[in-house]
Amino acid sequence: MEKAKAKIDYNNPVITIRDLYKSFGEMKVLQGIDLDLYQGENLVVLGRSGTGKSVLIKIISGMLRADSGDVTVLGHDMNTIREKDLQELRIRIGFSFQASALYDSMTVRQNLEFPLVRNRKGMSRKEINTATESVLDAVGLLSAINQMPVELSGGQRKRVGIARTLILNPEIMLYDEPTAGLDPITCIEINDLINEVQQRFNTSSIIITHDLTCAKSTGDRIAMLLDGKFDHVGTFNEVFDTDDKRVKPFFDYNFVE
Amino acid sequence: MIPLRPLMDTTESTVAPLKKNRSPFLQRLANFFAEMAKINSFIFRFFKEAFMPPYEFKEIMRQCYETGVRSFTLITLTGFIVGFIFTKQSRPSLASFGATSWLPSLVSIAILRALAPLVTALIASGKVGSSIGAELGSMRVTEQIDAMEVSGTKPFKYLVCTRVLATTIVIPILATYTAFIALLGGYLNVSGNEGTSYRAYMEAVFDPITFLDFESSLIKSIVFGFTIGIVGCYQGYYSNKGTEGVGKAANGAVVTAMFLVFIEEMIIVQLTGWFR
Repeated sequence: MEKAKAKIDYNNPVITIRDLYKSFGEMKVLQGIDLDLYQGENLVVLGRSGTGKSVLIKIISGMLRADSGDVTVLGHDMNTIREKDLQELRIRIGFSFQASALYDSMTVRQNLEFPLVRNRKGMSRKEINTATESVLDAVGLLSAINQMPVELSGGQRKRVGIARTLILNPEIMLYDEPTAGLDPITCIEINDLINEVQQRFNTSSIIITHDLTCAKSTGDRIAMLLDGKFDHVGTFNEVFDTDDKRVKPFFDYNFVE
Repeated sequence: MIPLRPLMDTTESTVAPLKKNRSPFLQRLANFFAEMAKINSFIFRFFKEAFMPPYEFKEIMRQCYETGVRSFTLITLTGFIVGFIFTKQSRPSLASFGATSWLPSLVSIAILRALAPLVTALIASGKVGSSIGAELGSMRVTEQIDAMEVSGTKPFKYLVCTRVLATTIVIPILATYTAFIALLGGYLNVSGNEGTSYRAYMEAVFDPITFLDFESSLIKSIVFGFTIGIVGCYQGYYSNKGTEGVGKAANGAVVTAMFLVFIEEMIIVQLTGWFR
């Protein structure tokens, strides 16, 4: 499915990162990241394994702290944010994990209800059911509502994981390798779902991936993470046309245009 | 050819990174104190969060069921065998003094004061502690705990507080039940050998028991329950990434809880000794 034109507000950055550094022991991972994510935009972060892509979104979601640099998410400074504010901010950010991270002791319904009942106090049982069913319907998995995660396929688990984040109506979506380990057809379905989420829920998203098809079909902008900082930021074609020897092998490998 | 970079570990350690000139002994000592500080803050966090609303009553009940009902058969079998064997093994010593009539008193004091809480705690360490360690460890490895955290829910309250409260509530109940079953095991042996009636046996059993015995047994069980829960949760909650981490968490939960149970038993026995 061709990506529809997104309504991006370039005057309204929802995430601003300046000069971000992060190390683990002696290993320097992020070395001066600068980034703006605008309202309504899908930004794809490409890069080799171990270059710190996932670390970046973990810092944005407050799971990790930066060593230095400024990270502002929806107006909150992540370096000085209080625990209570972080808790409230997290409700506005959806995080889709690489392995879906579904709660395996709960059914699909319970997985979706878990964040809802704890963050939206005072909802009636009927409202909870309606919200759960409508978001599952949006990802095309209403029929799996009473199934356990172990009974779902990889693609279905991804969809349920995305549905679980959408149930709180997030303003920002962070996708960590959304198509990793899936067959090509399911990858296309997930890519379409990411675009649909952008259009229907008006979210701004950061998509971490190695999958160039995913990058091309979901990204309004591509940012290539090289040696701990962003190099080659632009549209897919702008980044794809580079002669940079560090980037070229990435695009040459197994990509069907 | 682009050189490969080493794989990255994204777990943040609270322990200071190894300095090259630091001796292994000093590093181990530093690690030990860092671990102690981490455990203390874990326990402090439990008390801070467990009694603050919102309460997870439904999950506490579910965990009580998991801890209690699922251990029921094992506890019944073990309690009965302990009572039966202890009575059987104690008889020859008392018989040599012609004091087999004191057997019920001996059995009741031993079971109530020491054996029932201890046996229950050891069984629970193996069954419940390992299960908590493995379950939370597996949730950590599969990023389920992270998923709870980023969705604005409080995984510590939901996962840790509920389990620790459940073990703290259920282990004393199980220990009381173990005592009852062990006394029944003792009765079977006594009645088989001496032909003592159930009523006479029970009168002899409760005759030497004081309120302090019940009290110390109850306090011990509560402490053991708390220990088993907190150790299992700590091991699982902070387990390292990877399947090996899950195994280590389960194993660490059992070994550490059993070790601490014995230490606590010794301390509580000393303390109650002062009140006797």
